[in-house]
Amino acid sequence: MYRSAENEIVEEVENQVHPPTSITLKINGTETRLHVAPWTSLLDALREYLDLTGTKKGCDHGQCGACTVLVNGKRINSCLTLAVMKEGTDITTIEGLAQGEALHPLQKAFIEHDAFQCGYCTPGQICSAVGLMNEGKAKTRDDVRELMSGNICRCGAYTNIVDAIEEVMHTQPAPCHE
Amino acid sequence: MATTHYIGQPTSRVDGRAKVTGQAKYAAEFNAPGLLHGVVVSSAIAKGKITHLDANEALQLEGVLQVFSHQNRPDLAWLDLSYKDMTAPGGSPFRPFYDEKILFNQQPVALVVAETFELARYAATLVRVQYESEEPTTSLEANLDDLYTPVSFKLGYQKPKSRGDFKAAFDQATTRIESEYYHGAEHHNPMEMHASTVFYEENGSLTIYDKTQGVLNSQHYVSMVFGLSKKNVRVLSPFVGGAFGSGLRPQYQLFMAVLAALELKRSVKVVLTRQQMFSFGHRPVTMQQVAIGATFDGKLEAIRHAAYSETSTFEDYVENIVNWSGMMYSCPNVEQEYKLVQLDMYTPLDMRSPGAATGVHALECAMDELAYKLNIDPLELRLRNYAEEEPSEEKPFSSKALRECYQQGAERFGWANRNPEPRSTKDGTALIGWGMATGMWDAMQMPTRATATLTSDGKLTVGSATADIGTGTYTIMTQIAAEMLGLPLENVTAQLGDSSLPLAFVEGGSATAASVGTAVTYVCEKIQKKLLKLAQAANNSPFAKAKLKDVTFSEGYLRLRSDATVAVSLTELMQQNSINTLEEKATALPKLLKQSKYARNTHSAVFVEVRVDEALGSILVTRVVSAIAAGRILNPKTARSQILGGVVWGISMALEEDTFMDHTYGRFMNHNLAEYHVAVNADIRDIDVIFVEEQDTIASPIGVKGVGEIGLVGVSAAVANAIFHATGKRVRDLPITLDKLL
Repeated sequence: MYRSAENEIVEEVENQVHPPTSITLKINGTETRLHVAPWTSLLDALREYLDLTGTKKGCDHGQCGACTVLVNGKRINSCLTLAVMKEGTDITTIEGLAQGEALHPLQKAFIEHDAFQCGYCTPGQICSAVGLMNEGKAKTRDDVRELMSGNICRCGAYTNIVDAIEEVMHTQPAPCHE
Repeated sequence: MATTHYIGQPTSRVDGRAKVTGQAKYAAEFNAPGLLHGVVVSSAIAKGKITHLDANEALQLEGVLQVFSHQNRPDLAWLDLSYKDMTAPGGSPFRPFYDEKILFNQQPVALVVAETFELARYAATLVRVQYESEEPTTSLEANLDDLYTPVSFKLGYQKPKSRGDFKAAFDQATTRIESEYYHGAEHHNPMEMHASTVFYEENGSLTIYDKTQGVLNSQHYVSMVFGLSKKNVRVLSPFVGGAFGSGLRPQYQLFMAVLAALELKRSVKVVLTRQQMFSFGHRPVTMQQVAIGATFDGKLEAIRHAAYSETSTFEDYVENIVNWSGMMYSCPNVEQEYKLVQLDMYTPLDMRSPGAATGVHALECAMDELAYKLNIDPLELRLRNYAEEEPSEEKPFSSKALRECYQQGAERFGWANRNPEPRSTKDGTALIGWGMATGMWDAMQMPTRATATLTSDGKLTVGSATADIGTGTYTIMTQIAAEMLGLPLENVTAQLGDSSLPLAFVEGGSATAASVGTAVTYVCEKIQKKLLKLAQAANNSPFAKAKLKDVTFSEGYLRLRSDATVAVSLTELMQQNSINTLEEKATALPKLLKQSKYARNTHSAVFVEVRVDEALGSILVTRVVSAIAAGRILNPKTARSQILGGVVWGISMALEEDTFMDHTYGRFMNHNLAEYHVAVNADIRDIDVIFVEEQDTIASPIGVKGVGEIGLVGVSAAVANAIFHATGKRVRDLPITLDKLL
């Protein structure tokens, strides 16, 4: 009895291994149609199906922040959301922050302050910092430290990350609220 | 053209733009149509054997191509030697899919290969594995009866070296301390998980993107194990998302991706999960005993340092733990002992500052204990025992500005204002403590080759098969080459992480800047010579009698040193002579004979302030001053980042990192980033880095001694000593978590 129930589940899943779902995602201002399984995470959709590999996988469990992207201006862990859930939203990844050749002020500040070493957590740190500034809650250096603690940097560039964000926060007083 | 003086300047990373825009591509980020995805199935037991492995259910799914395991592995290299990579310790390296035996928990037992990642991941859950389990032995503490002295050869390993008569001197000493220290297992956990993408080319050759600290090491391993000619195996690693030692040895995802690509004649990518990042190599659990005997005025008379550590059942992992106790202070009688226990786990693996992070921690905590027993300031105690020459080999140091580190660090920190009394400083509910420690690491130069190509449009490319794991290798190679030939930075391209480039050793041990920097310097000198020859060939050349030392290269010109107005542009020079490219190769070998007469080390003094909540025991490191003597600093911006990172690692090691082993199952329990704690942004406050000047052309011809490890060494001791000063409680087990203070 148990065995056949398990087989049923297997069969059901088997029918679904070829992605039946066609979705449209608006990423960095461009609408893209793609075919993914319903259980494909937004992170895997970006990296494996759209070749937007700037968004990083560091744990796949929402524990490290490397996969942080902006959805309607809010920072989220893209490994903890399914691609199919994000139709009709505005998704911004690290590839969408610069205006052509002109870097986003945070990107410039990260280079200037050497706010990274290996660079793997960097796209997540920068997207998270954009989200932090949009939230408008961080006022002090300690606030920045606390509110950036969802993004692990194993190279230990934290003091430089805080320096970079502080500089931009103080020169860009008006956050763009959605 | 602006000045082309770059060495010693705080140049921003040349790969910075690629990293902040998401354009830098790491090993798992090279996509191609038809690329297959491999997911690894890990063993659920630590010891025993696989009795049954059934992959039928997985294979029935459309889109699953194959499930590899010991059951269908093709014949591969037979000799252990074929599996030995350049950094392997003694013993028999682990061979994935070799047979049904299970040697450690999370051992890879199968690889599922499918058309998509989602499918491979699902199919991996359908592989049924049955085991016959034996009771694993994984506890160091419970198995000290089985300690043995390793005879292992491993590159850089030095046997413990005793001198004098410890016992007699210790017995006669007026002041004695004896302490035991312990730290748990730690895992590297670079943010990028280990990944290999293998492109199977039409002619059967392989192009491999691997997460590694040494492309030549991975190439060597693949060619030996799979019996392939090196010319058919190209390994690339342009960007590495951190490694800290985890990429020194080729890890099993490389083996698996190559195996699948060769068998299926398709391109395959294998990425480990974060859980699987705890399945290969760690900083080993270590128990240490330190005994110090001193005169009443603080002169060291006797040191005994013993370390008991763990290894696997198949390899003897060794590191230099106790050796530092014979090198750091002047002391006539030193006894050292280093022993291992074989346990049912994977072989430990060099992790940032291997050995020193462990051994210097114990020695420097013991020195603090001695200082309190003697009622002498901890810094003063170290100055009284300052080693003017390296005491274990009795050789002069090639340079040692440690005294200046102490002075400048103490002054910046305000050490002179310290009240030595524990629990003497309070701020509200917080106890404030100040602690310090000394750090020491090796200054190494490895044989390295480099190429340089200058084209007539004034563009220069330099290359070496080294790595940039976040250390800044691209940037310093560019700085050196640009300065040597007087070109703007943007005209210079540095190439690395490609096995088709000339020889470089794995990036490790803080040796890369000295090694690769010297090779780049030499190859650029050769180009300089060629350019000077061209200039001398012209009729009535003002350079006719000039030697290389009589000219400079700056702002795009070759000039006479004695009269800078006598100049010729490099591009004109090449165009006039109808030369499109100048190409050179150079080999930089360390001057072993000269170097062997000296001890070559980096030194540091680190000062730490902690704030401990009296009621809760929570600890925050509020201030760190790290004064570093590491020879010439090529780039104070990226070098400072190396030290900042080291300090963060030291704080993380002192207060947070610990991988818990469940000895019943022989399994690391907290194998994820939520439960294996590393320092996050909120854990880190101000860190002040001082580089103390040192001139040293013995450690390397360009004066560089390396900064990758020294920033970490001693930090955990300084934190532990500060916690003692704050609370009066001496915690000898790392990490120092709040429960140990209550």
